[in-house]
Amino acid sequence: MKSGDKMGIFRRLKRNVSSLIRRIFKKNSTRIGIYGPPNAGKTTLANRILMDWTEEEEGFGEVSHIPHETRRAMRRNGIVINANGGVVKLDIVDTPGLATKIDFHDFMKHGLKEEEAKKRAKEATEGVIEAIKWLDDLDGVLLVMDATEDPFTQVNVVVVGNMEARNLPLLIVANKIDLPSASPQRIATAFPQHPMVAISALEGHNMEELYEAIAERFG
Amino acid sequence: MKSVQLDLISYDMLSGMTPMEKIRMILDRVRDGAVVILERGLTPEEEAKLIEYTMTEIEEDFPGIEIESYPSEAKRSWIGRILGKGIVHQPRLTIIGPAEQLKTTSKDRDFISAVISMKDE
Ligand SMILES: Nc1nc2c(ncn2[C@@H]2O[C@H](COP(=O)(O)OP(=O)(O)OP(=O)(O)O)[C@@H](O)[C@H]2O)c(=O)[nH]1
Ligand SMILES: [Mg+2]
Repeated sequence: MKSGDKMGIFRRLKRNVSSLIRRIFKKNSTRIGIYGPPNAGKTTLANRILMDWTEEEEGFGEVSHIPHETRRAMRRNGIVINANGGVVKLDIVDTPGLATKIDFHDFMKHGLKEEEAKKRAKEATEGVIEAIKWLDDLDGVLLVMDATEDPFTQVNVVVVGNMEARNLPLLIVANKIDLPSASPQRIATAFPQHPMVAISALEGHNMEELYEAIAERFG
Repeated sequence: MKSVQLDLISYDMLSGMTPMEKIRMILDRVRDGAVVILERGLTPEEEAKLIEYTMTEIEEDFPGIEIESYPSEAKRSWIGRILGKGIVHQPRLTIIGPAEQLKTTSKDRDFISAVISMKDE
């Protein structure tokens, strides 16, 4: 065994023991990141969770059909979700959409002026970095995918792989099932090793099932 | 005739490198316009780092990368289970290229189809 591996084992043991202790004395809430590709509906979902479980007037942030609307991670603390007997207290982080490429020309196709488009692209690259950095500070992830799109993207594979490597719970959300071309089954087939809930964050379909899954998975 | 360079990196070459060396090597080649094929890919942590470094290099004439691989086989050993170690991934064949030139046309659990186009200058 290499000495590097040994170090890793001790660090992991320590982390496991501390997470066990935390579970027993449960004073901290569980920190959950909402991840996914741009435009999947992460902020729409985050705003709905806030609306359903808190008195807060202000949502997580703006929603837009133009990708990379969220360019800074936003955190809200102490959201208590109470579903079918299970209760969880969550700190939720809405993260910027992950991408491997960001072309300002795409924003111009959405009607932005060149200068605006370049600024948005620059901020979007910073947002992606921020989202990746947040992976180190989470207890679990809600991975949101647009069910009308192909789920086999490297961004999805990377998020799933990072959660598995860290041994952290992951719940896949197949969003936009109100659209006729949605196929949550395709997502379930792509990532069979993780639980999935199909919802419409926009219409509020199937939210009860999602909250039960959240309470079970992150409780 | 215009052409695209293909760099095929063996597992042996990659496994002798640190994560940072791998990422630097891949990004340098891709930025030079090459399409890189890794016999066995990167770990999920390395891929996250690769995306992070790609973001810092994006500019007007470099919009980023395209990267595709098969979902890896997740295996978990009994010792890993006891130690609470995460699932061990066996990275699989991975293709990485400039976003402008490499386009995935379809992707499945065990099949990837991609098109490489020439950069017209
Ligand atoms: N039909 C439908 N549209 C949705 C649903 N959820 C979100 N949308 C729409 O999808 C678009 C993107 O929603 P956002 O919530 O901004 O997506 P996001 O994942 O936060 O996107 P970024 O912040 O850019 O990464 C908006 O036009 C939403 O109205 C849904 O369940 N059904
Ligand atoms: Mg958003």
